[in-house]
Amino acid sequence: MTHKRWFTPWLLIAPAAVWLVVFNALPAINTLILSFTNAKPLGGGTFVGFANYTRMFDDQQLVDALINSIVYMVVCVPLLTLLPLLLAVLVEKKLRGIAFFRIAFYTPVLASAVVVALIWGWLLNDRGVINGMAEGLGFLSEPLPFLSDRWLLLLSAISLTVWKGLGYYMIIYMSALGNVSRELHEAAAVDGAGPVRRFFSVTVPGVRNTMLLISVLISVFALRVFSELYVLSNGTGGPGGRDMSLVMLIQLYGQGLTGHLGYASALSVLLFVVTVGPMVFLARLNRKES
Amino acid sequence: MARSGRGFNSISPAEKVVRYALLLVVLVITVGPFLWQLSTSLKSVSEDVFTQTPTFIPQHPTLSNFAEVAKTIPVWSYAGNSLIVAVLVVLGNAIGATFAGFALAKLRFRGSKLVLGLFLATLILPSEVTIISQYVIVRGLGFADTLIGVALPGAIQMLNVLLMRTAFLSIPADVDAAAIIDGATAWQRLIRIGLPNVRGMLSVVVIFSFIFAWDDFLWPLIVLTDPDKYTLTVGLQYLNGTFSSNPRLIAAGTMIAFLPIVVVFALLQRFFFKGVDAGAIKG
Repeated sequence: MTHKRWFTPWLLIAPAAVWLVVFNALPAINTLILSFTNAKPLGGGTFVGFANYTRMFDDQQLVDALINSIVYMVVCVPLLTLLPLLLAVLVEKKLRGIAFFRIAFYTPVLASAVVVALIWGWLLNDRGVINGMAEGLGFLSEPLPFLSDRWLLLLSAISLTVWKGLGYYMIIYMSALGNVSRELHEAAAVDGAGPVRRFFSVTVPGVRNTMLLISVLISVFALRVFSELYVLSNGTGGPGGRDMSLVMLIQLYGQGLTGHLGYASALSVLLFVVTVGPMVFLARLNRKES
Repeated sequence: MARSGRGFNSISPAEKVVRYALLLVVLVITVGPFLWQLSTSLKSVSEDVFTQTPTFIPQHPTLSNFAEVAKTIPVWSYAGNSLIVAVLVVLGNAIGATFAGFALAKLRFRGSKLVLGLFLATLILPSEVTIISQYVIVRGLGFADTLIGVALPGAIQMLNVLLMRTAFLSIPADVDAAAIIDGATAWQRLIRIGLPNVRGMLSVVVIFSFIFAWDDFLWPLIVLTDPDKYTLTVGLQYLNGTFSSNPRLIAAGTMIAFLPIVVVFALLQRFFFKGVDAGAIKG
C-alpha cells in the first residue's frame, strides 16, 4: 500500500530551489538590470543606458585593478599549477608520519584569508621578522617596504595567495595521481628512467587534464581576489588606492548608504564576463578531446 | 638492474633522507608562519618583538595578550557571533543539500533534468558577482545588519547540493530497488538507505560549510555595520585598522580565530581524507 505522491520530490527540493531562486537567480538578473540604472540604496534608480559601462573607460582605478588582476594571474597560474603537483608527488609515498605532513600542508587552506593576511602582514612589516632577519644578516641596509609600495604590496598579496593555495591544489592532485597507472611507472623504471624523467613522461601526462582544470580554477580565483589585498592594505587599497582589485571596487562602490549600486553592478557584470572566459576555454578543450 | 630485485614500492635509504628533508622544508614554510604568530601572541610586553635577532620561544610566556585583546575589542562575543553564523550555515546545508541531492539522484519526477541544469548553471556564477544584489535582497527581507542576514545566502550552497547528489548516485540501484518493492516511501528510503551510505560526503559538506562560514569576510563586511554584531574576521580587520601598534594583540586575535578551525578539522579530518581517496574533492 504505497501512495506515490507526485509532490514528494518537490517537497525535498523546495528549500534548495528557494535558495537557488532568491540568492542566485534573482540577484544575477537584478545585477544585470541595476547595471543600467543609477540606483542608490535609498530610492529607486532610473534607466541610464550604458552610462555605467562608458564610465569604466575613464576609471583609472579600474585600469589599475585590471592590471593587478593580470599580474595576479600571470604569477599565480604557473606557480600554483606546478608547486602543488610536486607536493602531491612528495606526499604520495606512504612514509611513516606522512598523514601528519599531509594535514600540516593543508592548514593554510583552513585559515581565513583575513587571518593569513594578518599573519603575513606581521611577517612582512617594516620591523617584522623578514626585514629584521635580512637586515641582521646584512642582506638589506634598510627594510623593504612590502606593505607600502604598490608593486611590493601586490607581490606580497600574490605570495600569500600562493602559500594559502598550495595545500588545496595538492589535495586535488592527490586524487588525480591515484589514477595514474602504476604499471606505466614501473615499466618506465625498468627501462631505466630516473625519477625526474618519470615525472615528466609519466606523471605530468597522466594528470594533464587536472592541470588544465587547476589552471582555470586559479585564473578565476585570481580574478576574484579580495581579502588578501584588503587586509594587507588595511582597507585602503595601497598607496594611492592603486592596489585595488575588481572585487574591492565592487565592495567600495556597492557598500553603505551612499553606494553607487548601478556602477557596482556594472563592475559585477564585468567580473562575470572576465571569469567566464577561462571556463569557456576549459569547456572547449574538453569538448575537443571527447 | 640491481633495482628490480626490490619491489617497486620500496624506497632506498638515500631517497628516504631526501624525502624527509624536503617534507621538513615544506613543513617550515607552511606551518612556520602560524607558529611565529602563536609565539608572538605569547610574548610579554617586556619582550621586544621588533628585533633583528628574533627569538622563537617567548622569554616570559604569558596569556595576558588574550585578556588584553578582549579589553580592546569584544573578541569573545565576536567568536560567539561567528559560531552562530557557522552553526546556521552547517544546519542549512546539511539538511537542504541532503534533501535536494537525494531527490535529484534517486527520485524520478517531471522536470528533474531542468532543475539539475539550473543547479549546475549557478556554478559558473562567482558569488562576488551577485553580492551587491544579494545585499539588496537581504536588506529588503529586513535582515541587514543581523547575523541571520550573514548566514542566509550561504545557508544552502548549490555546490553542496550537487556533491550530495553525486554521493546518493553512487548507492547501487539494487539496494534501493529492494526497498521500493517492499513499499518504502521516499522518506524511508532517504533515512534508512540513503543517509547511512552518504555519511562520508555529508561530513565533507559539514566541515566545509563550517570553515566557509567561519572564515568568510567580504559578505559579513558588507552586511554588518554595528560593531557589536561583527563576526571574528570583520572584528580582526577592525582591530588591525585601529590598534595596529601592538602586534601581540593582533597575534592573539588571529589565534582565537584560527585555533577553533584547526580543532574542528583535526576531529573530522579522517572523513575528509577518506573523501579525497574516494574522489569526492574535485575542486
